[in-house]
Formats: sequence, structure tokens, C-alpha cells
Amino acid sequence: MLVLRGPSRAFGYGLLALGVFLIIAPFLWVGLQSLKYEIEILKGSWIFPPTAFNYEDVLWSRRSDFPKNVVNSIIVASVSTAMVLVIGTLAAYSLSRMRWSRWISATFLGWTLVFNMIPPLTLVGPWYLLFREVGLTETLTALVLTHIALHLPMTIWMMMAFITDVPRDLEEAAMVDGCRRIDAFRRITLPLVTPGLIAAGVLAFVFSWNEFAVALSLTGRHTATVPVAIARFAQQYEVQYGQMAAASILSTIPALVLMFFGQRFVVQGLTLGAVK
Amino acid sequence: MRSPRPAASLTDVLDRHLKWVTLGPAVIVFVVLTAFPLANLFLMAASSIRFEQAEEIWTFALWDNFRRLAGDEVFHIALWNTAYFAVVAVAIEMVLGLGLAILVASLNSFKGVTRTVLIIPVLMPPVAIGSMWSLMYGHDFGVFNQIVTGLGFQPINWLGSVDLALYSVIILDVWHWTPFVFLILFAGVEGLPKEVIEAARIDGARNRDLVFKVIIPLMWPAIAVALLFRTILAFKVFDQVFLLTSGGPGTATEVVSLHLYKVFFMQNELGYGAMLSLAIIAATIAFLAVGHRAAAAVGRR
Repeated sequence: MLVLRGPSRAFGYGLLALGVFLIIAPFLWVGLQSLKYEIEILKGSWIFPPTAFNYEDVLWSRRSDFPKNVVNSIIVASVSTAMVLVIGTLAAYSLSRMRWSRWISATFLGWTLVFNMIPPLTLVGPWYLLFREVGLTETLTALVLTHIALHLPMTIWMMMAFITDVPRDLEEAAMVDGCRRIDAFRRITLPLVTPGLIAAGVLAFVFSWNEFAVALSLTGRHTATVPVAIARFAQQYEVQYGQMAAASILSTIPALVLMFFGQRFVVQGLTLGAVK
Repeated sequence: MRSPRPAASLTDVLDRHLKWVTLGPAVIVFVVLTAFPLANLFLMAASSIRFEQAEEIWTFALWDNFRRLAGDEVFHIALWNTAYFAVVAVAIEMVLGLGLAILVASLNSFKGVTRTVLIIPVLMPPVAIGSMWSLMYGHDFGVFNQIVTGLGFQPINWLGSVDLALYSVIILDVWHWTPFVFLILFAGVEGLPKEVIEAARIDGARNRDLVFKVIIPLMWPAIAVALLFRTILAFKVFDQVFLLTSGGPGTATEVVSLHLYKVFFMQNELGYGAMLSLAIIAATIAFLAVGHRAAAAVGRR
């Protein structure tokens, strides 16, 4: 882009290094706190004997619900991701390949857009009554259902972008050769949009794992997810700083793993709207 | 020709109605879980809902809810705080994100590393970020005050001071979301036609002219997308504020989602909460419509 030479180039590198440092520094500092006993945290010391006490306390102590929270989060995130991928990919295929009349597809996509704009907490009241009506109060099923609704718009848009990229001719050629439409979808289009499925899947999983507002409102003690548990840590009368730091660090692991695993696809997915 | 298979009947039926089979599930999800609840909001907003022995008791209270909405000062403050927060935070993020994107593209090295590092905050649980920052903002032992006192100043009350608390939330938000803006805008910068910029440079354009007269106008679509995404998300802000301040001190950091949560689940007012939800939905759409107009006007210019 720009041509930077001599001092301005060095200055540029300095700025970039500063930016990267500012992003990483909070993690390092909190990671440091998670290895301290409470007393060392309160003293604000920089040199201290490290301890795994906080992690052990969060994960294995008897008064800790954290393992249960992790299991809940994994169930909610994986089930809702699987459902949202199936439903979203089918809908995206339908909208980009089937002949829907203009107003139906416009209404549908317009609605997903509007729904994506409004804060999810505005629908939590009716959701609460709805789940109460069908006996799903404070269940993981209820939370899974809301997460499907929340992340379906994003999945549909991403998959539509990927499916539109697959040439129509491929399917048509297969259908001329006697392949049914459903097989053309399964055997030809679906394998070709695998990168899209990975990107949408990773994002849906991470967003579901991170989701807090709805989980806080609709779960109970036994169905609380990880973010709810972390908030509880921070809101106890005697805040346990060390445990809070350890739980925060632990809760970022899935995102970090997925980042190293599927970074290329995720960046592609996140920036899709800008490039297209 | 394909030979008939015994198990083909179900797939054949699916195939014949594929159009509906594929879109149907999504339509069901949206009708049951979004359209129906939204319609229900209107009913709820006209009522007062109490629970007696697991029975829901609905009474008509439209006018009461209206009057309460008009007189709800916390809501008015929350609305103002949210808009102020959204405008200030998003403006800072756009400037920093754009600068960083152009910088990384110009240095033409460390692209991969920068992207890897900067994607971390985007994918982190906002609650974990909130809890980390509440530790860092801590008055007695937080890292910020360690630095401030290390420089010889009095410790700052980051979260407990009425004047400062909202800015502390904004600083966190800038840290959290500038990387996201960067990722979108960096993809935009990388997609720019290199010849055009080269041509402008050969014609004698200096760096400053290149940025303001060539790069930014060419990148306007990507900038508009980043702006839209961020504004929508900023208006939904809840997690970090809940963790850092819970709206305090007083109402200094009260935002609309937080106020709504309190009405729904701490005061257990489902009827008035629904009225508030509708008001927030209307405000969100109005805010985005105004923003859209403004962006379009700037884009034309």
C-alpha cells in the first residue's frame, strides 16, 4: 500500500509491536494472577512462588460446579452447532438454488436480518413464558433451542455465500446424467462447501460457548454454562480473585484450540461480508 | 439409468418436495422461536403478569405500562448511555482498526502473526474478558493502578467513579473489538486494486493523499460493513458491563440490555419488560436507520 522508508518504517514496526503487545498483555497478566495465592494477588507482587492451587480448586474441589458447567457448555454448544449447520445449510441451499418467489426469499432474509439486529434479551421474556408452557424451564434443551435461533441467520448467510460460489453447471450436469436433485446436493454441492461448513461450524460453536445473556436468564443452578459460572465467581460476596482468573483462562481454551485448528476458515468466514 | 433401490422411497419423497424440505426447518425455527415470541411481546406489553401457585395471571395493563415507560428515567439514561457508548467506542475502533490495517498492509510483513494474535479477543468469551478486566481495573492491586502509582500518581477509581466508569467500559470495548474491525478492513485493504494505488503514487500522490483520497474512498464498502456490524453489536452490549459495573455506580453505566434484564429477572415484571423490549427494538431500528442514512450520505460524497 503505502511506501514507508527509514524512520517511518521503524516507527511503523514500533506501532505494530505496541498494538500486538497491548492485545496479549491482559492475557499474560491474568494468567500470572491465576498462578498466585490470594495473598500474593492482593500484594500485587510480580515475583512469587507459582501454584496450581486456583486451577485445582476450580476444577476438582467439592464445592465447585465448574466441571458440571463445562459439560453443560459442551452439550449446548455441540448440539446447537450441529443443528444450526444442518438447518442453515439446507435453508441456504434452498434460497440460493431453488426457485422461490421474490417476496418469500426477501421476507425470509429480511426477517433474519432484523432478528440479528435486535438485542437477544428483548426476546428472553417471551422465551421464558414459552418454555414454561411446554415444561422446559431451566433445561439445556431450552438453551439449545434459543442458541439455534440466535445463530441461524449468520449460518444461513455464510452458507449462501459459499453455495453461490459453486457453479450451477456441476449440479445440472449431474442431473442431466440422471442424478436426483437431492443426490446432486449431497454428493456434489455439499463436499464442495466443506470450508464453509468448517467456518460456520467453528463460529457457531464459539458463539454458543461464549453466549451469556440468554444463558444467564434461562438456566438454573444445574444447567448453568461456563460464562454464567464465571459471572457467579465475580459476584460472590467474597470475590475469589485467583479462582476467577483461573476460570477465565480455562474458558478461553476452546476458542484458542479452534483458532489454531481452523484459523484460515474462521478469518475467511468473519471477513466474508467485506470481500463479497 | 439408476436401478431402483428398496430404500429409495423416503429419499424420493424428500427429493420431490426438496424445495420445502430444505427451507422448512429454518422457517419452523424462525416462526416458533422468533416470530411467535415477538408477536407475544405485544400481548405481554399490554398486560401485567403475575405468578400464583404456578398459575400465570394476566391482567390488562396497557396504559400502566405506557405510563411507566414514559416515566422510566433509568431507561432514558440507559438509552443515552448505550448510544453514547456505541458512537464513541465504534468511532475509536474504526480509526484504530483502519490505521492498523493500512499499516500492516504497508509493512508487508508479520501479516500472519498479527492476524493470529488479533483474532484471539474476537473469539474469547466476553464474560471472561469482563472478569479479566475487572481484575485489571481493581483499585488496590489491579495492573492499571500499579502502573499509575508506579509513575507516582494517586490510584484511580476506574469502575467506582461516576465520571470515569463509562470510559473504562469503552476502553475495554476498544480492546475487545478493534481486532475485529482490523480483520474486516484488512481483508478490504488486501482486496484493493494495486495498480490504482501505484498509478496515484507515480502521479506524485503523497502517503497522506493516498490514504484519504484513494484508499479510504475505495474501501468504503468494507468500512460500511465493519461499521454496521460493530454498531449492531455495540447496541447489544451486556456481558462486559454486567461483569465490570452492573450498571453502576448509580446509573453511570446502565445500558438498555442491562436495564431490561433487571426488569425481567430481578423485578420479575414480565409485562412491563415486554413493553421495554418493544421500545428497545424500536430504538435499535431507529438508531441503525439514522446511522445507515448518515453512512450513505458520506458514501455519496
